[in-house]
Amino acid sequence: MTVLSGQDLPRDGEMLQGAALAARLERAWGDAPGFWGWLTTTDHKRIGLRYIVTAIVFLGLGGILSLVMRVQLATPESGLISADRYNQLFTMHGTTMMFLFAVPVMEAMAVFLVPLMIGTRNISFPRLNAFSYWMYLAGGVMLWVAFVLNIGPDAGWFAYTPLSGPQFSPGKCVDIWAQMITFTEVAGLAVAVELVAVILKQRAPGMTLARMPLFVWGALVTALMVIFSLPSVALASSFLISDRLVGTHFYNQYEHGDALLWQHLFWFFGHPEVYIIFLPGAGFVSQITETFTRRPVFAYPAMVLALVATGLLAFGVWVHHMFATGLPRMGYAFYTAASMAVAIPAGIQIFCWIATIWDGRPQFKVPLLYVVAFIVTFVIGGLSGVMQASVPIDLQVHDTYFVVAHFHYVLIGGAVFPLLGAWTYWFPKACGRMMSEGLGKISFWMVFLGFQVAFFPMHVLGLMGMPRRVYTYPAGMGWDEMNFLSTIGAFIVAAAILLFLVNAVNSWFRGAIAGANPWDAPTLEWATSSPPPQYNFEHIPVVTSRTPLWDNRAALPVMTGLRVDDRELLLTTVMDAKPEGREPSPLPTVWPFAGAMATMCMFISSIFTPWAVVIGTFPIAAALIAWFWPKGPPSVEPVIE
Amino acid sequence: MRRAALALPLLLAGCEGIQAVGHPAGRDAILIDRLFVVFEIVTGIFFVLTMAFLFAAYWRRRGHREDGLPDDLAAPSKSPLLRTVLFMWTGAVILSLIGLALASFFTDRGLAHPNPENRPVVSIELTGNQWWWDVVYHFQDPSKDFRTANELHLPLGTPAMVYLKSNDVIHSFWVPNLAGKQDLIPGRVNDIVLVPQRLGQYRGQCAEFCGLQHAHMAFDVIVDTPADYQRWVARHEQTAQLPTDPRAIAGYKFFMTRQCSSCHAIAGTEAGATIGPDLTHVATRKSIAAGTLANGIGPLHAWVADPQGVKPGNNMPYVGLNADELHNVVAYLETLK
Amino acid sequence: MSALPPKFEGDLAHLPTHGFGPKSLTWWGVVAFFAIEGTGFALAIGAYFFLEGLEDNWPPDPWLPPKLLAGTLFTILILLSEIPNTIVKRAAERHDLATVKRYMLILLPVFAGLLVLRGFEFASLNVWWTDNAYGSILWALLVLHTTHIGTDMVDSGVLTALMFTRHSAEERRIVDVSENAMYWRFVWLCWLPIYALIYWVPRWVA
Ligand code: HEA
Ligand code: HEA
Ligand code: HEC
Ligand code: CUA
Ligand SMILES: [Cu+2]
Repeated sequence: MTVLSGQDLPRDGEMLQGAALAARLERAWGDAPGFWGWLTTTDHKRIGLRYIVTAIVFLGLGGILSLVMRVQLATPESGLISADRYNQLFTMHGTTMMFLFAVPVMEAMAVFLVPLMIGTRNISFPRLNAFSYWMYLAGGVMLWVAFVLNIGPDAGWFAYTPLSGPQFSPGKCVDIWAQMITFTEVAGLAVAVELVAVILKQRAPGMTLARMPLFVWGALVTALMVIFSLPSVALASSFLISDRLVGTHFYNQYEHGDALLWQHLFWFFGHPEVYIIFLPGAGFVSQITETFTRRPVFAYPAMVLALVATGLLAFGVWVHHMFATGLPRMGYAFYTAASMAVAIPAGIQIFCWIATIWDGRPQFKVPLLYVVAFIVTFVIGGLSGVMQASVPIDLQVHDTYFVVAHFHYVLIGGAVFPLLGAWTYWFPKACGRMMSEGLGKISFWMVFLGFQVAFFPMHVLGLMGMPRRVYTYPAGMGWDEMNFLSTIGAFIVAAAILLFLVNAVNSWFRGAIAGANPWDAPTLEWATSSPPPQYNFEHIPVVTSRTPLWDNRAALPVMTGLRVDDRELLLTTVMDAKPEGREPSPLPTVWPFAGAMATMCMFISSIFTPWAVVIGTFPIAAALIAWFWPKGPPSVEPVIE
Repeated sequence: MRRAALALPLLLAGCEGIQAVGHPAGRDAILIDRLFVVFEIVTGIFFVLTMAFLFAAYWRRRGHREDGLPDDLAAPSKSPLLRTVLFMWTGAVILSLIGLALASFFTDRGLAHPNPENRPVVSIELTGNQWWWDVVYHFQDPSKDFRTANELHLPLGTPAMVYLKSNDVIHSFWVPNLAGKQDLIPGRVNDIVLVPQRLGQYRGQCAEFCGLQHAHMAFDVIVDTPADYQRWVARHEQTAQLPTDPRAIAGYKFFMTRQCSSCHAIAGTEAGATIGPDLTHVATRKSIAAGTLANGIGPLHAWVADPQGVKPGNNMPYVGLNADELHNVVAYLETLK
Repeated sequence: MSALPPKFEGDLAHLPTHGFGPKSLTWWGVVAFFAIEGTGFALAIGAYFFLEGLEDNWPPDPWLPPKLLAGTLFTILILLSEIPNTIVKRAAERHDLATVKRYMLILLPVFAGLLVLRGFEFASLNVWWTDNAYGSILWALLVLHTTHIGTDMVDSGVLTALMFTRHSAEERRIVDVSENAMYWRFVWLCWLPIYALIYWVPRWVA
């Protein structure tokens, strides 16, 4: 046994480094081989990656649904799809995209990237992380199995009561929708808790809050927003389920309930949700801009303030989705003002990104091209958002294709384009190979131009009076051409995304070998090999600036002394990231998986009988106890004074 | 569906713009249209500015884009120019937003004044049903109240107070040419004022997703001259006359003795149910089944013969009339003027 | 393999392997869950006032406000439970295992007693959840809070058992005890507004 610093425990240090250290860490941090290792892993990279891949599958599925809708809408009075099927289609499209793609993929990117970017070995609660993934998967699979069996939900992605209530949606469709919410909300909250803890406590020594990469800031603000907004939809959907299954009357106006209670609770979550999707996207944009313009993002403090301000304002605007419900008009003025105020931080961010390009040495590789696409598209979507924030204008455009245009501009422009850029950018980190630049450029131009063709006409359609969520429309309203054009655009977008995926799969196996830092990027995730080892870093890096790899080109400053015979993490102080303690990190285990399966059985059977909640609690409790019960002999370590 | 496809082009031929925000014909719609132009200009300016800056940033560095990075450049930009411009930009954004918010607020105040000059108004109670509109015109003298469906007539220039209710789920009342939309929420009563300022025929449509046939929940709005409007009201205050034509008499008997009368009302007869639209003057309407078919003998045949084929899932069942019964009933419905 | 050679700048071996409060990861996890559950309670309370605001009478006619006895006894007992709870927390921070064990054993029957009182509370609400939205929200608040008591009881039971095994020697377990005591504080703190809402607001606004 290597004896170091006068102690009996093996630690990394000058005497244990290089290949010998790697071998020790490999043993401490490695997963079991094969399927068992896959099932029990608690490695944030493996879990993050499978989260991302699953979300991409849901993007594909949701996208295919939208293509079917677009075919139906390409011509007036089309008889292709029945009203019932169409209603399931847009409900499933919206639900899949929002709950199973956009929010999870953003959290998953953070699960993968944040520990690397802040220089730690694993996420704060790795077993919770594993649990979260299985819950998410279970919720998504349940929803889609129901859809394939033709009992998919059909009340829209925000399932307004009383349409979604027991009287007007008999059967199990809406219960399945509401339970899917429960699954994804448990998963989302779990990840948010991990992210807050990992970001606040596990940053590399010296990475003060003011030196955190902007993506990490985005992830932190997002996680806090998840924590304060998801309980709202959890409450709303529990009320809905209990109205439907055990006869409560929360939303029943005949028994002192009220339909609008649902809308308040849903949008109190629903609006923050859209920034939960957008802020990580903004984080990708910052990282990419930084790397490809060879300059730190302009006005970092303003960028951080803008993120925080957006996060706070997001909780004060939910009523802008309810301008037509006839609430007191004076109250509306407040929500108009708050919604418009969001344009200030958004405008500042847009300015700073462009200013970074202006004063940098931009290299227009694929990721930076997506930044440009993002700016163009998101600004259009944001400006139409500001129009909708005006009560009178919204009274006209609410629930029309104008709104559909708005939210695809901000969602695809503000989240999907940055994601495509981010995937291209971090692809080498995940697999050690580069994506093809040529194919990447082709799919970039297709998706960017195809998107404008698909969604710009929707603004016009909305102003020409076309409501959303109609399975068909009469000829002669002047809507035909625009709809047809939009369908063509949708297919170009789909082809582009398909091409992107083909490029990714191909490059995964045959791409050029990348090396640790192929883009010469400044942040810590590029300090380790591509793909990184299970333990991320051999030694814990030390940070003295916002761009550590640009400022330390010869050697990476590190600290030593973590145990290598056990999984150990470094904890640092919240503000200044001063080393504060060492904590063990949990080993792989199958119990999170078992717990998730037990929870799944309980949730699903609770749709059929409320007793499932009572009975199902026991296996869940058993799994959780087994999960937390310490295994093996207690490891007592004398503290070295 | 096929039949609907045949009938609708007739109804709508050349009717582009009868359901459009951009052809305002009512007070609210005109005010909103103006506000929209203001927003378009301001946001347009900011769009152009942003794009110009983006393009300039791209242009400035063309040529030496592939340059390697001298290490001393890795510091954050301290350009005083950029910093000044950032402050100016933020200031401009804030000022413009204040301007837009004020413009929006004052327009909204304009919309909120139901009846500035305290003129007599038309009072209409509109109730949403899956998937049709029940309409009651109220008068000072309640005995004059009458009921109709899926069609509004409004006198030019006179404010119409529309009270909005729902019998089942949430719907939304929207006539883009006249005004913005308002939801019909069960358990609540909303209202909206329509002040039509141009003669014409407009189309409205339910804007809140309300289930299976949300797509087919439209209605017609006809803005009449006051004289025409009075004639229309006078006609609707009359109850239905008993038919004289033998076919229609047979149809009348069928209607009153079979299922029809258990759902529909025809004032002046014993049919008084309110499950379906009031049919007292159904023959005068522009369209039937909430804007799904143009009105006329053909479409009425199609509808009564097989409502589920025309508008799948709607709440009028397939009654199963034979050819004679069908002709008779439609002949009777045609007398309801 | 790192791309860059390391430059050694310090050693971390001297750092402690556990810490209380914000020094431990668990504490942050628990605090984040407080935030989640606290938001849940706050929104449920918001929903209560939303429904209340729509009514002329609260409880709506002809329902009567809940009977006070069970709920008040419950409130007194849960407040008293903070005494042994504080003792456990302090003892844990002193690494005084014997006291921790003794008082955790005292707390378990207190939890059970609370659950029994809770049963009587449900019976004294004077309304069923199926009667109207007023009943629904009352039951919802009470059920929501009861799940927290249940969770804490199971947690505490497991931890107590753990204290009697060899694992109690690990310092981290003692941190867990301290975090668990903190969780109980959260549970009774949340109860106070709910108590007012269920038992007193219907009397005050009626
Ligand atoms: C990523 C998601 C995302 C983002 C970022 C936004 C951003 C914004 N959204 Fe959007 N929104 C959605 C997703 C999003 N939205 C979704 C999904 C819906 C519909 C849900 C449904 O009904 O199904 C919706 C619906 C929606 C509505 C309700 C419409 C209706 O149903 O009637 C409103 C109304 O106020 C609104 C407003 C805004 C505003 C003001 C912003 C602002 O944050 C935008 C700020 C950005 C800019 C303004 C651009 C950059 C700024 C400048 C260049 C500076 C200069 C600008 C000015 C001076 C104006 N949104
Ligand atoms: C992030 C969210 C997101 C995204 C990315 C999209 C993407 C798209 N959406 Fe989206 N949409 C919503 C969120 C989103 N949407 C929401 C929330 C609603 C409201 C729902 C409601 O009203 O309830 C909505 C509603 C909505 C409507 C209105 C329906 C109606 O009101 O009747 C339409 C209509 O055209 C539409 C079209 C499209 C199209 C063409 C795309 C395209 O961009 C899709 C591009 C295609 C693909 C992404 C697939 C490509 C991939 C493959 C073909 C490979 C398959 C591979 C695998 C399976 C791995 N959407
Ligand atoms: C169970 C109830 C029910 C019965 C029975 C019924 N209807 Fe209807 N009817 C409705 C409903 C509901 C609608 C509105 C459908 C819609 O537009 O969604 C309707 C619509 C109509 C309309 C179109 C009215 C308009 O203004 O749009 C006509 C005409 C009509 N019914 C005639 C008949 C005749 C004739 C019969 C008997 C042969 C009949 N109905 C039987 C419920 C019924
Ligand atoms: Cu009624 Cu949509
Ligand atoms: Cu919003």
